[in-house]
Amino acid sequence: MTTASSATRPANESAVRRFRNRWNELSRPQQWVALIPLVVLIYLIPEINAPFLASTSVDFATSMFHAAEFAMIALGLNVVVGQAGLLDLGYVGFFAIGSYVAALLTSPESMLAKIPYLATLPIAMIVTMIFGLLLGTPTLRLRGDYLAIVTLGFGEIVRLLASIIPVFNGNVGLDNVGHPPKLLGQTFSNTDAKPWYWLMVTLIIVILLFVGNLERSRVGRAWVAIREDEDAAQIMGVSTFKFKLWAFAIGAGIGGLSGALVGGQVSFVNNQDFSVPFSVLYLAAVILGGAGNKVGVMIGGFLVAYIPDRFNSLGDKKYLVFGVALVLLMIFRSQGLLGARQRLLARGRQAYRQLLGRPEPITSESSVTPDGGAQ
Amino acid sequence: MTEPAEQPTEQPTEPVEGGIVAEVERMTEAQRAEHAAEVADVVAPDRDIAVGVGDTLLEMREVTMRFGGLVALDTVNFDIKRGEILGLIGPNGAGKTTCFNAMTGVYRPTSGQVLLEGRAMGRRKRYQITRMGIARTFQNIRLFGEMTALENVVVGADARHKTSVPGALLRLPRHHREEREVVERATALLEFVGIADRAADKARNLPYGYQRRLEIARALATEPKLLCLDEPAAGFNPREKQDLMGLIRKIRDDGYTVLLIEHDMRLVMGVTDRIVVLEFGKKIAEGAPAEIRENPAVIAAYLGVPDDGAA
Amino acid sequence: MHPLTAFLADGSSWITFDVSGFKAEFWSLTFDGLAYGAIYALIAMGYTLVYGVLRLINFAHSEVFISGAYAVVFTLSFLGFGGSPPGLSTPALIGDLLLAMILAMVVSGIVAVVLERVAYRPLRKKGAPPLAFLITAIGASFTIQYLIEWWRGPNAENSVIMFIPKPLFSVFGSNVDDQQLIIFLAAIVLAVGVDQFLKRTRFGRGIRAVAQDPDTATLMGVNKERVIMLTFLIGGILAGAAALFYVMKVPSGVIYNGGFILGIKAFAAAVLGGIGNIRGALLGGLLIGLIGEYGATLLGNAQWTDVIAFVVLVLILMIRPTGILGESLGKARV
Repeated sequence: MTTASSATRPANESAVRRFRNRWNELSRPQQWVALIPLVVLIYLIPEINAPFLASTSVDFATSMFHAAEFAMIALGLNVVVGQAGLLDLGYVGFFAIGSYVAALLTSPESMLAKIPYLATLPIAMIVTMIFGLLLGTPTLRLRGDYLAIVTLGFGEIVRLLASIIPVFNGNVGLDNVGHPPKLLGQTFSNTDAKPWYWLMVTLIIVILLFVGNLERSRVGRAWVAIREDEDAAQIMGVSTFKFKLWAFAIGAGIGGLSGALVGGQVSFVNNQDFSVPFSVLYLAAVILGGAGNKVGVMIGGFLVAYIPDRFNSLGDKKYLVFGVALVLLMIFRSQGLLGARQRLLARGRQAYRQLLGRPEPITSESSVTPDGGAQ
Repeated sequence: MTEPAEQPTEQPTEPVEGGIVAEVERMTEAQRAEHAAEVADVVAPDRDIAVGVGDTLLEMREVTMRFGGLVALDTVNFDIKRGEILGLIGPNGAGKTTCFNAMTGVYRPTSGQVLLEGRAMGRRKRYQITRMGIARTFQNIRLFGEMTALENVVVGADARHKTSVPGALLRLPRHHREEREVVERATALLEFVGIADRAADKARNLPYGYQRRLEIARALATEPKLLCLDEPAAGFNPREKQDLMGLIRKIRDDGYTVLLIEHDMRLVMGVTDRIVVLEFGKKIAEGAPAEIRENPAVIAAYLGVPDDGAA
Repeated sequence: MHPLTAFLADGSSWITFDVSGFKAEFWSLTFDGLAYGAIYALIAMGYTLVYGVLRLINFAHSEVFISGAYAVVFTLSFLGFGGSPPGLSTPALIGDLLLAMILAMVVSGIVAVVLERVAYRPLRKKGAPPLAFLITAIGASFTIQYLIEWWRGPNAENSVIMFIPKPLFSVFGSNVDDQQLIIFLAAIVLAVGVDQFLKRTRFGRGIRAVAQDPDTATLMGVNKERVIMLTFLIGGILAGAAALFYVMKVPSGVIYNGGFILGIKAFAAAVLGGIGNIRGALLGGLLIGLIGEYGATLLGNAQWTDVIAFVVLVLILMIRPTGILGESLGKARV
């Protein structure tokens, strides 16, 4: 069942492994300190006009904002697909709901009451979580394949309703969506993506912390148990439905948050950007990076967003390249760029050291198998 | 599911300086016994409650299971007493596994009732039945292959805890306390079943015998009143079977009640206190191993009456 | 203004409950719905067959179908069909349409088999996880779509009209036209044919054996790889047939990404009827067709078609989690 890993290992594997082991030896505070330069670099990217990275026809800061957007979306979808193993093909629906919440509550073209933009972010999360619960409650009892098709339908329904129901203004859309006030000397507008990028990266870091807390807890273990063998999980006392619903709602909330952010950055929301292929792109980002690996899916999100921007001159052929790349990637490295990796114990570090006298193991090089297909 | 890998060498597995596993290696006999007692205490925290030994723990009352036209269980009655090791045997297709599934809530009986400590299981969900106090292992091992051995056991231990998303998200005090508890309990369980040296290995990379033991540890982690073992010795050599018998006895002595489904007669006869025999979905005999061995109906069922051929 | 009123009153009628119109048109909607449904059903059978054998949602099946639709358009354009009916004698017309259908079946069949060979078989050989198959399917779907777009451009093909539907007879005061009848009957005949093929022939039994238990089937001497190829081939052939009827009903609907939504609805149809089950696919397809037509008229907007189809799917799955007729291959799970 899981024999896919051995075939295609990079030659420098031992170096990678040595690095990983070294990293693993560090205590958590040491790791935090070691990460600071990387985080600083990530924040600085739009300021450094790196010649190779930046040679796109798209404004570089905007391009980086897209990449961060996809990284956040992949992080959210990873909770659903990578952690809990639920195949969600309608994730764009939650993104759309988040965008519309932000637009309806701030755009002058909306008939609803106006509130400050920043207040729409938590509202967007709550509203999408509620939609996640509404969709999940009837459908999460279904088996994986059915869930896939039902979520796909959900994504389409959201898009179609946005076209049909007048308050969403269909194709005309809602213009002049709000933005945050001047923050730390940065002015937010739809012409400069930099402040938006920084906001997005900051929120990604917050999400990473929270998602990490969940992963190393009873919740994260329940998710992985469900992913590995749902029946066995239930027999071991896991309330599978409850935890699946949580995964779905949390994923939805993150999708809604990213939707609200993008709505604000573009300052315009209409029904055109929420079609099924987007859900597919999001899923591709997760799989490409490695479902179940937080760092991996963010890299996947970055690539899926950045590569088409970088090779914009290809026009629609970029989707062709993308399709071929997906097929090849699955054939040669079906676990994604980085394999699933998880720590499921808040006190694993101490436990393993106490028991075996060596650090917590790193699990990697393996692929996640949601029940969205054969057993 | 979880097949043992051919080369289970993801990590070096020799005990390293400083770990408990290495320490135990260096202990004297007496120290080891003391350590084992400590471990046993953690494994069965409330074992001085063993006062109720001999009471009825689980009651199968007129249980019938029908699948379409097939009657897999036909008005089966028997009890499991607290503190005993009960064997459930019978030829292939006799309804052992169906019986097991009815007991553990995988199937709902067509008619009749299963009572645990006098409470009917009724329409409870499977995870609720686990929390009522029935735990099981699987005939075809079903571990969480991508989790480490320790994590597998912790999932079982989580059954007794309550932290959910808000608690974990904000790392509330209860989350911290429960995390400490589950790790302590899971570590002890791994030592108890004798596989602590591979605690950090992924379940799917463990050798077969370790996987079987890990399943037992995971089931014990849910703090069951009744532990159901579904052919735990399948695929074992005589030596491993011997060890397993020791482990089953140790589990009972630690205060648990055990139900054992097993094909291997020597193992069943050697370890159980009482045996229930099923054939064609009916109970044909019940009694101490010695009685069962002499029972003509059982001998007929196993050796086959002339028109029936070999089982 | 109360926030909710914004959703409800806006002058334009985005939703109506046009019950009288619905009643008046009920039978003509039914006949049209059955015709559309028959097309869904033919596509759904391809999904259901592949799913039954490999437990794989073959996302690229919609592209298998649209390739066939291109074959139909090219064949008929070559034979002189175009924006107006060609005015051929009936036998000549039937001959041309049959030719187009056969070519579509060939093209779709080839695409399906090549897809299996190039994309899925390497994964099977490696024992890749199920999600990898799904992603490959999605990748293959993108690849074929954008290959077509590269070649034919982003716009729909010129319409190819085969004939103008003529009313044949009337039922409950509504006319049934020859087009509706042809499509509906053809779908029934093909469904029955496939069903019988699976039941009565050696190949059919092989397919069912692999669907139920691949390992045992292999042990019993069934050539699994051949069975899988055959399954894709049959699915492709049915999609080719569907392509002819699709162009018949929607002459200007052939566009590179035109299969996608249609495919999703067809898959929904397969799930609705009970996946892995040919009769289920037929029933589900017809239902999805009917529900769409009824819903669009009842709610006063053609855009409601898909919304309603999916809502009904969810509702039915809640009541019957394995579809209306159930999964024919459903295994007992511990």
